[in-house]
Amino acid sequence: MKLNRRRMSALGALVASLALVTSACGGSSGDTASGGGGGSSDKVSVTFLPKNLGNPYFDTSDKGGKKAVTEFGGTFQEVGPDQASPDAQVPFINTAAQQGVKALVVSANDPKAIGSALDQARSAGTKVVTFDSDTEPQYRDLFVNQASAEGIAKVQVDLITKQIKDSGEVAILSAAANATNQNAWIKLMKDDLAKNHPNVKLVDTVYGNDDDQTSFDKTAALLQSHPNLKGIISPTTVGVAAAARYISTSKSKGKVMVTGLGTPNQMRKYVKDGTVQSFALWNPEDLGYLAAYAAKALVAGDIKGNQGDTFTAGKLGKYTVTKDKSVLLGDPFVFDAKNIDKFNF
Amino acid sequence: MTSTRSYRSHNYPLWRRVLATREMAVIGLLVLVVLWSNARVPNFSGPLTLPFLVLDAAPILLIALPMTLVIVTGEIDLSVASVVGLSSVLVGTLHQHGLSIPLAGLLALVVGVLCGLLNGFLVAYVGLPSLAVTIGTLALFRGIAVGLLGTTAVTDFPLKWTSLAQQGFANNRLPYILVPIVVLAMLFVLLLHFTSFGRGLFDIGLNDEAAHFSGVDVARAKLVVFVLTGVVSAFAGIYYTLRFGSARGDNATGLELQVIAAVLLGGVSIFGGRGALHGVLGGVLLIATISSALRLENVTVNVINIIIGLLLVLSVMSTSLLAGLSNLRRAVGKTRDQAGPRERRVAA
Repeated sequence: MKLNRRRMSALGALVASLALVTSACGGSSGDTASGGGGGSSDKVSVTFLPKNLGNPYFDTSDKGGKKAVTEFGGTFQEVGPDQASPDAQVPFINTAAQQGVKALVVSANDPKAIGSALDQARSAGTKVVTFDSDTEPQYRDLFVNQASAEGIAKVQVDLITKQIKDSGEVAILSAAANATNQNAWIKLMKDDLAKNHPNVKLVDTVYGNDDDQTSFDKTAALLQSHPNLKGIISPTTVGVAAAARYISTSKSKGKVMVTGLGTPNQMRKYVKDGTVQSFALWNPEDLGYLAAYAAKALVAGDIKGNQGDTFTAGKLGKYTVTKDKSVLLGDPFVFDAKNIDKFNF
Repeated sequence: MTSTRSYRSHNYPLWRRVLATREMAVIGLLVLVVLWSNARVPNFSGPLTLPFLVLDAAPILLIALPMTLVIVTGEIDLSVASVVGLSSVLVGTLHQHGLSIPLAGLLALVVGVLCGLLNGFLVAYVGLPSLAVTIGTLALFRGIAVGLLGTTAVTDFPLKWTSLAQQGFANNRLPYILVPIVVLAMLFVLLLHFTSFGRGLFDIGLNDEAAHFSGVDVARAKLVVFVLTGVVSAFAGIYYTLRFGSARGDNATGLELQVIAAVLLGGVSIFGGRGALHGVLGGVLLIATISSALRLENVTVNVINIIIGLLLVLSVMSTSLLAGLSNLRRAVGKTRDQAGPRERRVAA
């Protein structure tokens, strides 16, 4: 009886499978005809591989990439894993290599772990551009950098000094005490304040560890220990949102200015209620747009990725490759009440 | 009183008993998918498809072998991916502290054995349900892994070891990892299907009390299968680390579900007592091939997940649907000719 039953289910499974396969055959034969020539046609095929799909930040950058690819008449593909891990990204890099796409634009989930997959894709003839999050330089042809440390430091000092009319006490709410990028920015901001803003005094630097609750509590403590505080700079998206949330419901609202690096969706509420006048980040749509044009310039042979190479990126204008095979998008983008509703990330 | 059972299906010729099985249906479907993809999916027939597919599926292939044994005994091990992560972190940190890769790998394997011993001891000797135990150790092992390295990664592995995990024979067409996969697959087939220990596992899965009374050391057998998943998962963790050249605490998160899905698709009953390793290997490769073909068709990851999920549900449903159907037919047949159940009892 047992074996008989098993035989029956086997037959049934086979029938069901056959049905699946034949229906799959019918379903995709059309796609095969239209999408098959990814590698062989003259069009520049560009595949965008963000850290993960369903992430508003990357939806915005991929939108910019698609716009650029449409402008120069290439074919655009967006693929990616559902979770931001390097091992999940590797099969998509492999697939791009198999398809022989001309360029792969990737935001790396790990600077090293996807390296050998990228090597294989490059040896199969695919140009690799990283954006947003770089790999180690030997694994890619070009890195499109969203912002320089100098630019990030300067825009935040400019914003806060303007908001407090260039005089008074300010404090910094950072992420972790040993975060390399944060500390580099803080040092540059200190230098800038000392040199160009003698009436602005940096009284304290506290660390919220990129944790919402800790950042919230540290903001409260800052206001208590520095009653004359006029401004808080938080160069981290978690910190700036937590600081704004605290200030927005405290009696310091309107008296203590908050600025830093934030995302429009997290900061919209505080910009609308007047807690925050303006904050900075880069524009991910421009970042994707530039990355796509950089990919095209590599494929066309206009640039090799050497320092000093120049190319034109559509409406963004002319760009020059700097050291370590990287291109800088430009100055950070300032979000305020006037433009914030144009962004969704 | 002695009596033997005879099954009507035993009267069928051998080829029919071997070929008309659930396992062969999976392998048949795999062959069909490969043939169809070769003909219809652009770039599938290229030289890169097979090595990429093997490299991606290798950890699942490896862990599916002992996982089959665990599920056949009616248990489950959800902690395998966390053991992969822990082993990866251990290889990374030990190497960072100056140990050679073979030595670091050996220690990671030892820790894999210890993880398996902990699971096995709690399940077999304390008598706790494996679902609860391994949900606990899933969190425990992952916690230790992430705690050891934090958010950092160890990436400075010697090239000769990483290339061993990334390259292969015949101009890289056949990855080296196939060697341990084939060897382990043969050993596990021998163990499960050709030893009394293996037959004991099926008995435990069907009824562990009956197995106990017929002389199977149930507790020891369960301990052994959990130790096997632990040590093979640790080996997969070493491979994982070298393949990506990166030891991270979050390596292989969620892999346990891919392994279990493939084992079930391969025809192993989640209630234990039924299954065969060739079906499981077919199940792993079937999922890997379908994912690979769909990615080449630029199907997004969510749709791929939906298709594989549906395939799994259909395959599980087909078993019980057809079982119900044949029960129905048997009931109808019984009323028609009073022949009784198809298992006839014959006096010896």
